[in-house]
Amino acid sequence: MSSFLSSSIGKKLIMSLSGIFLVVFVLVHLILNSFLLFDSTGELFNAGAHFMSLPVIRFGLQPVLFGGFIIHIIYAITLTLQNMKARPQKYAVQNLSNSSTWSSRNMFVLGGLVLVFLAMHLMHFFIKMQITGEVPTTMLNGEEVHNGAKLVKDLFTTGTLGLVYTCLYVLGAILLGLHLSHGFWSAFQSIGFSNNIWRKRLEKVSYFYAFFIAAGFTIIPLYLHFFAK
Amino acid sequence: MADKILKELTLKIWRQKDAQSKGKFESYQINNISGGTSFLEMLDILNEELISKGTEPVAFDHDCREGICGMCSMFIDGRAHGPDDDITTCQLHMRKFEDGATITIEPWRAGAFPVIKDLMVDRTAFEKILQAGGYISVNTGGVPDGNAIPISQDDAEEAMDAAACIGCGACVATCKNSSAMLFVSAKVSHLAKLPQGRVEATRRAKSMVAKMDELGFGNCTNTGACQVECPKGISIANIARLNREFLSATIKE
Amino acid sequence: MTVLNSKIPAGPLAEKWSKHKAAIKVVSPSNKRKLDIIVVGTGLAGGSAAASLAEMGYNVKSFCYQDSGRRAHSIAAQGGINASKNYQNDNDSVFRLFYDTIKGGDYRSRESNVHRLAEVSGDIIDQCVAQGVPFAREYGGTLSNRSFGGVLVSRTFYARGQTGQQLLLGCYASMNRMIGQGQIEMHERCEMLDIVTVDGKARGIITRNLVTGEIERHGAHAVVIASGGYSNVFFLSTNAMGCNAGAAWQAYKNGAYFANPCYVQIHPTCIPIHGEQQSKLTLMSESLRNDGRVWTPLKKEDAIKLQKGEITANDIAEEDRDFYLERRYPSYGNLVPRDVASRAAKERCDAGFGVNGTGKAVFLDFKYSIDRLGRDVIEARYGNLFQMYEKITDQNPYELPMQIYPAIHYTMGGLWVDYNLMTNVPGLYAIGEANFSDHGANRLGASALMQGLADGYFVLPYTIGDYLADEIQVPRIDLNNPEFVKKEKAVTDRMTRLYNIKGNKSVDSFHKRLGNVMWENVGMARNEAGLKLAIKEIEEIRKDFYKDLRITGDFDAMNIELEKAGRVADFFELGDLMAHDALDRKESCGGHYREESVTEDGEAKRDDENFAYVSAWEYQGEGKAPKLTKEELVFENVELTQRSYK
Repeated sequence: MSSFLSSSIGKKLIMSLSGIFLVVFVLVHLILNSFLLFDSTGELFNAGAHFMSLPVIRFGLQPVLFGGFIIHIIYAITLTLQNMKARPQKYAVQNLSNSSTWSSRNMFVLGGLVLVFLAMHLMHFFIKMQITGEVPTTMLNGEEVHNGAKLVKDLFTTGTLGLVYTCLYVLGAILLGLHLSHGFWSAFQSIGFSNNIWRKRLEKVSYFYAFFIAAGFTIIPLYLHFFAK
Repeated sequence: MADKILKELTLKIWRQKDAQSKGKFESYQINNISGGTSFLEMLDILNEELISKGTEPVAFDHDCREGICGMCSMFIDGRAHGPDDDITTCQLHMRKFEDGATITIEPWRAGAFPVIKDLMVDRTAFEKILQAGGYISVNTGGVPDGNAIPISQDDAEEAMDAAACIGCGACVATCKNSSAMLFVSAKVSHLAKLPQGRVEATRRAKSMVAKMDELGFGNCTNTGACQVECPKGISIANIARLNREFLSATIKE
Repeated sequence: MTVLNSKIPAGPLAEKWSKHKAAIKVVSPSNKRKLDIIVVGTGLAGGSAAASLAEMGYNVKSFCYQDSGRRAHSIAAQGGINASKNYQNDNDSVFRLFYDTIKGGDYRSRESNVHRLAEVSGDIIDQCVAQGVPFAREYGGTLSNRSFGGVLVSRTFYARGQTGQQLLLGCYASMNRMIGQGQIEMHERCEMLDIVTVDGKARGIITRNLVTGEIERHGAHAVVIASGGYSNVFFLSTNAMGCNAGAAWQAYKNGAYFANPCYVQIHPTCIPIHGEQQSKLTLMSESLRNDGRVWTPLKKEDAIKLQKGEITANDIAEEDRDFYLERRYPSYGNLVPRDVASRAAKERCDAGFGVNGTGKAVFLDFKYSIDRLGRDVIEARYGNLFQMYEKITDQNPYELPMQIYPAIHYTMGGLWVDYNLMTNVPGLYAIGEANFSDHGANRLGASALMQGLADGYFVLPYTIGDYLADEIQVPRIDLNNPEFVKKEKAVTDRMTRLYNIKGNKSVDSFHKRLGNVMWENVGMARNEAGLKLAIKEIEEIRKDFYKDLRITGDFDAMNIELEKAGRVADFFELGDLMAHDALDRKESCGGHYREESVTEDGEAKRDDENFAYVSAWEYQGEGKAPKLTKEELVFENVELTQRSYK
């Protein structure tokens, strides 16, 4: 088994399984965020956020999620370093635009940028809500809970920074979408679930999914910035 | 029909004395090349001129010049086998270029394919992978009649699709990671699709992948560039099959 | 005078091989381990021999000039491989395959060898299937067959248009298994430059490592030459650029007889030469003649306009087109054999009716088939060939007729071998295209692959044991033996001589001149005056070559010019021998057409009374005329008839 994990295909399997796991997480995340669109009072969103901070999720699922991220990142770094080593001398002229998509060639860069965005994103919300607790509160069904909805709205609406953050979050969503547009079908290819027919289908699903996620995460900050004041 | 004439071309060619030396680009002018000339014939003409000037001709690999032996290589203007689809360099013709153009010609670049001289590279790594398991273990003689095991036409055709690989190395050269997955997967798929090859399919997949990893090829990131630049149109569906074969081999272990 | 002993076993034709196998000696497994065999060449013959011999337990050393054994030019064979399986129930049999091959070879091959070839043909298919060759299949899962020129049954097995490639990958895979097990020592980018004999027996070879330029010695108990044919003596041929006669030629210069050098096959459907700088001719599958009609203009003025590029084929009216094959050969029409079609095209072009700028091309027109069957049908049949044609010529064959012209394709002649495939030098074998034995004066389509694999898989592995059984006491060959030292020095001297000429002209310029003389005088049609002229001109070019050759680059490193120079030096001598042989054979047979020996209506005329023999030539030293020995051909099972396709 250790030889399997150190083989190129084994490493790719881990990338793809952790990737698929993160793909699912991103969807759950988007669904939760979309509560902000459907309930302007923020109660629905706060209920969701509250559920997410229940001990079973906080201490059960969150470590798994972080594990998924870390594995995905560590293996991405390992594979990329190996790949760079495999071509010690670069081409003077290389024209790949004809044969592959930009995002497929730049997964590591895209992933890195998404990671930078993620760091900022965690500082904005996750650390405040789950660690330091410096968050306004509100009453929900007779219980005092974090008013996450306000935290989010404030971020995108306060002053000039609100516009900057809106733009950054839109950018983050686009980067994530590009990353997913290749990562989604690629994950299935790596576990062997693909052939000439299914690859075309999976690519379509991949583009649709990537667009859906990117669009979803783009709409929310834009909506909050322009319409939720 | 009169062919177009390319009055002047500038060739930027990688020159490297041997594997140990450090190479560099040299520029050459070449004139009055007709569009019907093949790319390699254009290099022949250049070499004639170089010899007449007393300098050493450009070394490049080539043999059958009809697109099947897989010997010719070269990265031309940023693409493996040059700016045309579904061909090898020997099938590339000068009509694909414009008069006055500068053409950059480089050897395949990959750690696993060290340069031997000029545009020639050492592709022995491919042979080592094949020696690790790219065969069916039968001796000569004592085999069943050719019709003893029926093979469905679809399977035979699919095996043939993969077996069409000429082992030129364009996939490795094109891949941004210098991965040999398309080559290895074509060889594995060809044999895995046939009942004769099924018998040792798992062993084959494991040993060929292990050898591939050992030889310093990069990892596949599914960009799909290899299948576009492959002169024989080998599909990356074969890579999916190799992944499947390899994973099931591991699970069975 | 040496009398050639062909060692053909006695007895009825159909029993010769099985009786012979039962009679010859066998080497025990423990002794095989002590014996080394060198195989030069990794095409179908060399590859299959190396793999089979290694599987049996011999230590094999395999050599090829390419960067991988799987690139040998067998890979370029398109059509298929014959076998008398009778899978189609069309009354095929060993005898029928034997008969077709003898007749196709214009009765200039040995009955015994050809019959053996037919006998083992079925085993080849079984072997290839077991190796994973993806032959075409019927819906029911059984093997599919196609028919091919010159025969009345469907016995050709194929894998799309890449049969040679697939068969070669099959035997190369078997080689790889043996390389992996250490049973074959593989030497790539390594060219054999001389043969070493010790006490009259072949004991090794001298090679040049093409990467480092080192001259190396390799010893073995037997040497097998499987280096293919010599078509490249013509410079332009359908052979790969590197194909050369070096190995066979060194065997000849070391005492092996060279048989029937003048038998050369010319393929009628190649893409014409486009200009001076052409390096290589490309074959278009013969199958195109099934649906294409061959023609040239009827009026010379039309031909001239075509040559000047003023009109295209479509401008020529129907009644002004001369379908000369249909005119001359009403019963076979466009499907006459290769040699006949080639000569007819040359005749038209020589008469000034050629249709392209060089005046050396005829039309192969699919318009009529497209009208009759529809474009879809033609596309399904020949789509890939049409695409290849368009890539090369930039013309669309659906709209304009293809232009074709004959080109040198295969050489039937080669090293003389006995029934055991051994040359007259003990321990030196020749297999595949490198020997002369099975195709007579003309080879049938899809038979080259069959012969290469028959020799390598099922003949040589048996017959070589008969010789090696007496060699088991011989220890590993000592590479410091004076013979090795002498031959290594000879090779170094030869190469140094070429390198030090320091003249002004490139190797290719001489090779082109040689090719031109060969094509004009020793090509499709030959006559006494032309052949004598060729001998004179070859000698002149050869002298120029040794005076004015220029090789740049380093001597003791990779040097592509030096490699080529060595090969071309051999080609001069071989070209000379071909002309001598063609001069001697005052008859027309198969690929050899003497203008002095024709029927009243201009067809080839064989002379069985005077020329039913194999010409075996013996080297007499530099500058001396070669000596001819004749091996009479005895036909006990077939009746000799004159071919007619009228």
